[in-house]
Amino acid sequence: MTRLATREAAEARKDEVQRRGRGLGWMSLGLGVAQLAATDTVRRISGVDDSPTSRAVVPLVGARELVHAAGLLTSRRKGIWAWTRVAGDAMDLASLGMAIAHRGGRRRRRLLGVTGAIVGITVVDLLTAVQATRAKEIGSMPAVRGLRGGGPMELTATTTIRKPPPKVYAFWRDLDNLPTFMAHLEEIRSTGDRTSHWSASAPFGTNVEWDAEIVDDSPGEKIAWRSTGNADVPNAGTVRFVPAPDGVSTEVHVVLSYDIPGGAIGKAVARYFGEEPHQQLDDDLRRLKQVLETGEVVRSDGAPWGKRARKEFPQRPAQPLSDAEFAKGAQA
Amino acid sequence: MRANTWAGRNKVKVRDVPDPRILNERDAIVRITSTAICGSDLHLVDGYVPTMQNGDVMGHEFMGEVIEVGRGVDPGRLRVGDRVVVPFPIACGNCGACAAELYSCCENSNPNAGIAEKMFGHPVAGIFGYSHLTGGFAGGQAQYARVPFADVGPLKIESDLTDEQVLFLSDILPTGFMGADLCDIQKTDVVAVWGAGPVGQFAMDSARVLGAAKVIAIDKEPYRLQMAERAGHTTINFDEVDVRSRLLELTGGRGPDKCIDAVGMEATHGAAHIHAYDRVKQAVRSETERPHALRQAIMSCRSGGIVSVIGVYGGFLDKFPAGAWMNRALTLRTGQCHVQRYMKPLLRRIERGEIDPTRVITHTLPLDQAERGFEIFKNKQDNCEKVVLKP
Repeated sequence: MTRLATREAAEARKDEVQRRGRGLGWMSLGLGVAQLAATDTVRRISGVDDSPTSRAVVPLVGARELVHAAGLLTSRRKGIWAWTRVAGDAMDLASLGMAIAHRGGRRRRRLLGVTGAIVGITVVDLLTAVQATRAKEIGSMPAVRGLRGGGPMELTATTTIRKPPPKVYAFWRDLDNLPTFMAHLEEIRSTGDRTSHWSASAPFGTNVEWDAEIVDDSPGEKIAWRSTGNADVPNAGTVRFVPAPDGVSTEVHVVLSYDIPGGAIGKAVARYFGEEPHQQLDDDLRRLKQVLETGEVVRSDGAPWGKRARKEFPQRPAQPLSDAEFAKGAQA
Repeated sequence: MRANTWAGRNKVKVRDVPDPRILNERDAIVRITSTAICGSDLHLVDGYVPTMQNGDVMGHEFMGEVIEVGRGVDPGRLRVGDRVVVPFPIACGNCGACAAELYSCCENSNPNAGIAEKMFGHPVAGIFGYSHLTGGFAGGQAQYARVPFADVGPLKIESDLTDEQVLFLSDILPTGFMGADLCDIQKTDVVAVWGAGPVGQFAMDSARVLGAAKVIAIDKEPYRLQMAERAGHTTINFDEVDVRSRLLELTGGRGPDKCIDAVGMEATHGAAHIHAYDRVKQAVRSETERPHALRQAIMSCRSGGIVSVIGVYGGFLDKFPAGAWMNRALTLRTGQCHVQRYMKPLLRRIERGEIDPTRVITHTLPLDQAERGFEIFKNKQDNCEKVVLKP
């Protein structure tokens, strides 16, 4: 399946969920109005016209149906409202079960008929709820939308570092330094004046390596690079070094772009960047600032592993590390 | 080592934890000789500061002896054997905020800056023993502590002043002083201070040394008001009199020129229904603060005056009197204390005898009795004003 087709399929699924949610909404409205306006007819059809309790319960169920209807017809979050219908179905089925146990003959047959109908509706409600929840999960992950089947992704971030532009430029231009603060990079080895060999760490899948070349190099101002040859994840980046108004600091503006492939690597990349891909780059630049301003990446007892930390903000208790934990390192 | 740790809401526990080690080159390890329980520790224990974890070592007011330094620490600044007071905000000394002496807003010292950024819009400095929002640093209610950027923060004590005289340079004395400093005090000023806890007491003393004509303490605990009275300040018990009318009386109807909120997010209110309103909203998390002192300070301050906030707030509050603030040209100033900015000048004031920090100490307990210390301090039992712990 091509990338585009995958994305279209996801969109189509979402439309279907909206359509079905609206359908359930209209049905709820119909049922609710009937139960409120024609309580006695509903009680007779259901076989519970012998019970005084049902005179109170049926309109209450009708009122509840109106709540479902309002939610399903007005909110775009069909998932949550479909789940409220599922909960309502469970309540109805439980009440019907109790009613069946106490009746026989014609009334029991009617109750069984109504129960069969409710079971059918429950199946539709459940399917809609599950699909709506899934569709939402896909839609809420910006990095993953489209990345399931691959696609371009662009990340931007900026920070201000209290060092003059030539210093910050020189640090970045020495590409070997990048892995000291960029979480996903394992090593960069210069292979020529403008060419280099990059390797990324495990979350990208085993052994992701590629060659890169610098395509724009303006000392003190800008560096741009891109991957060359047959990179698994074709990528490019630009960093600009702009003097800050204070006259001593540098504004660092970074743009990274990835052409995420489909398949296993694409999935690994999507998983790695998670729900907030920008957070990764923001944290990379925070570490760059720490390294340039203070000399190294700052560690605390709660977050002792610097860029080696894998999850977003992984925390252990804020108490000193034991020797065993310290020896074990970032995997602890 | 032994350390006092957070053990869930309303619970602290002294337990054995590993000894600290150097993690960054500019770290030092300090053997703690004196530490203290701060009012803001109560916000953590009461569960109003998010991102606490079971086992977090608490405490951000401590001092002691340097027993190890990382190789990045300039020996000209700090050596093994130095006696130091450690400021509670961790500051790198190199970033833009530090260069502007805004140490509690240090841009580099919080490894969890991303969390703080989500909560506050921009990150804040790391703080010892004060939640993971401020970095997840182990605190100082312990036998030892790791002190990052040890070449910037710790203040060397080279005179023979006692621990009790200098310990509070770590937080509450500079915090109280900053409350007064932000007020830009003139010699004609009447300064009102909400809260007669330790920080409030030092805000009052500081307002006086900065030249205020009159200092008024507002609280409801008779023993805390007596303590302020003994130090020469005028008092108002909000359980007994209406604060606004009393303030008008004491200021010829003008209202205090400068107001200091040394209470923060867990204020109590004289009127039960208003207290209940905020308490309920706080419990269901529809506001995180009970900002009564701040509201009253803004309403009471004379037009054109300054309201300075050093009580701690963590999130969002309700019924902020924006109309009074705007229409009466009030200035609102605040901040976690930039302790490093004030330590040296305040040490000189202590040496000259202008300020006596020991006057707030009511209890000295061994570290192992930290749980009891928290209990009496929180519940204001046994006339507790300030607890010093000895590891």
